[in-house]
Amino acid sequence: MTEAAAQADVAAILAALGIAALVLAGLARVGARAGISPIPFYLVAGVALGSLGLVEIEGSVVEVGSEVGVVLLLFMLGLEYTSAELSSNLRAGLPSGVVDLALNFPPGLLVGLLLGWDLVAALLLGGVTYISSSGIIAKVLADLGRLGNRETPPLLSILVLEDLAMAVYLPLMAALLVGGTALETVGSLAIALCAAAAALMVALRYGKHLSRVVAHRSDEVVLLTTFGLILLVAGVADELQVSSAVGAFLVGVALSGPVAESARRLLGPLRDLFAATFFVFFGLGIALETIPAVLGLALVLAGVTALTKIASAWWAMARAGIGERGQARASASLVARGEFSIIIAALGVTAGSEADLGPLAAAYVLVLALAGPLLARYYRILLPVVRLLSRTRRPSPSVGP
Amino acid sequence: MVTQWHDMVEVTETQLPGVGVRHDFTTRAGERLGLIVHRSGPRDLLVYDRDDPDACSLVLRLEEDDSRTLADMLGASHVTEEIARLQSIAGLTIDWVPVTSASACTNCRLVDLGAAADRGATIVAVIRGDETIPAPAAEFVLQEGDTAVAVGTAEGVRHLFGLLQGSFDPLPDIP
Repeated sequence: MTEAAAQADVAAILAALGIAALVLAGLARVGARAGISPIPFYLVAGVALGSLGLVEIEGSVVEVGSEVGVVLLLFMLGLEYTSAELSSNLRAGLPSGVVDLALNFPPGLLVGLLLGWDLVAALLLGGVTYISSSGIIAKVLADLGRLGNRETPPLLSILVLEDLAMAVYLPLMAALLVGGTALETVGSLAIALCAAAAALMVALRYGKHLSRVVAHRSDEVVLLTTFGLILLVAGVADELQVSSAVGAFLVGVALSGPVAESARRLLGPLRDLFAATFFVFFGLGIALETIPAVLGLALVLAGVTALTKIASAWWAMARAGIGERGQARASASLVARGEFSIIIAALGVTAGSEADLGPLAAAYVLVLALAGPLLARYYRILLPVVRLLSRTRRPSPSVGP
Repeated sequence: MVTQWHDMVEVTETQLPGVGVRHDFTTRAGERLGLIVHRSGPRDLLVYDRDDPDACSLVLRLEEDDSRTLADMLGASHVTEEIARLQSIAGLTIDWVPVTSASACTNCRLVDLGAAADRGATIVAVIRGDETIPAPAAEFVLQEGDTAVAVGTAEGVRHLFGLLQGSFDPLPDIP
C-alpha cells in the first residue's frame, strides 16, 4: 500500500467513526429526553448501519472497541459492589436469588431446545432471559426517586446475586463454547470454574492491597493503571478460556475505597464510549431481513419472561415484608433486560453458535429494554397481578427490608 | 441492616449496594424520615408516604454544600437547645450579660455589685475580648464591652442584667 493510500484509509476510518459517533449522540439525546435507555437505539443503529451499508466496518477498530466495551461493562459492574456487599447479599438474599434463577432461566432454555438448538445455544438463551439489566434498573430507580423506598434494598440484592451468578455462568459458557470431546469439555469447565473461584477469593481477600497499589494522587496514573490492569487480566483470563469479561469483573470487585470511587469517575465515560461501540457492533452483525422471522417469537418470549420476572420479584418482596404497591413497583422495575443479555448472546454469536441467537436476543432486548422502564413508571397496572399472586400463596413475611 | 440508638430514637441503617447507605427513623410526630448517603457524596433527604410506607412522598436531593448548610442550621438549633436545657437545672439560671455604656456599673468593682449577689446571682466569669477570666476576684473592675457570665436564681440574674444593661426594664428575653 502506498503512503497516500494509507493516509486516505485513515481519513476514511476517522470520518466513518465520527459519523457513527454523531449518530449515536443524536440517538442518546432522544433517549435522554424520553427517559429511556439508549441501548435499544444503539442496537437499531447498528442493524440499520449494517443493512444500509452506510458505515464500512473493517473489523479491526470497531471489533476491538466492542471487545473493550464488554470488558469495561463488566469491570464497572464489579466496581459497583464492594466485596462486603457481595458476600452479605449472598447470605441474606440467596433464596430470592434461587427463585429468580429458577423462574427466569428455564423459559429461554426451553425455547432454545424447542427450536431444535444445541444445548449450549439453549443455555445461552436461558442466560439472556435470566439476567435483568442492572444499568437500566439503577437509572430508572434514581430517575423515579425510588432509591429510598423500602422495596429497593431487596431489589438491589437480587441484582447483586444475578451479577454474582454471571461470574460463574460466563466462564462456564466460555468453556462449553470451546467444545471438544466430553472429557476436554469437563476439563476446561473445571479449569474455568476453579480459576473463577480462585480469582474471586483473591479479589475478596487481597482487594485492599491491590487498591493500595493502584491508588495515586494523579488521575492520569490511576486511569492508565486501572485500564491497563483490566485489559491485562481480561487478556490472561481469555487465554485461560475463563472469559475476559469475568477477569475484568473480578478486577472491579477487588478495587475498593477511594480508588474505586476515582476509577468509577475516570472510567465511566470510557465505558459509555466503548459500550456504545459494543452495542452497535452487535447490531452490525445482524441482517435486517433476519429480524421479522424472529420478531413474533421474541415478543412471546418477552411476554412470558416479563411475567416470570414479575413473579420471582414478587416472591422476594413478599418475603421481605414489602406491601402490595412496593411489590408491584419492584416487580415492574426488574423486567428490564439489557446490556448483559446482549453480552451473553454475543458470546454465542462470536463462537458461531445458532444463526438465530443474535437476532432473537436483539429483538428480545429491544422489547424489554423499552418496556421495562415504561412498566416501572406505570407500575399500577401490575397491582391486580400482584393481588392475584398474593391470593395464591401468602409467604410468612419476615422482618424489615 | 443495623439498628442504632441516638438519644432514645431508633435509627435503622440499610446498605444499598452500588448506591450507598440509607438511615431512617420515625419522628415524634410519627413521620418516617430517611437519608441516603450516596457513595459519590450527595445526600437524598426522604420523607416516607403515610399512605404507602414503602414509598417516599418526598425525595430532596442535597449536594454536599447543601448538606453542610442544612447541618449547620440543625446543629445551631441543637446548641441553643443544650443551653436551654442547662438553664433549666432546678431553679438555676445561667446567662451571658453584656456590659453596656448605659450601665451604672462600668468601671466599678464586682464587690460593689453586692445588691445583685444579695438577690441570689453571682458573676462566675467575665469575657473580655478574646480573653476569659474565670472566677474574677471581688476587686475585679468591669469595663464597657465586657460580658459577664452570671449564675443564680432567675430573679437574681434578671436583676444583674438590669444593672449591667443600665436599666431594670424592659426585661430582656433569655435566649
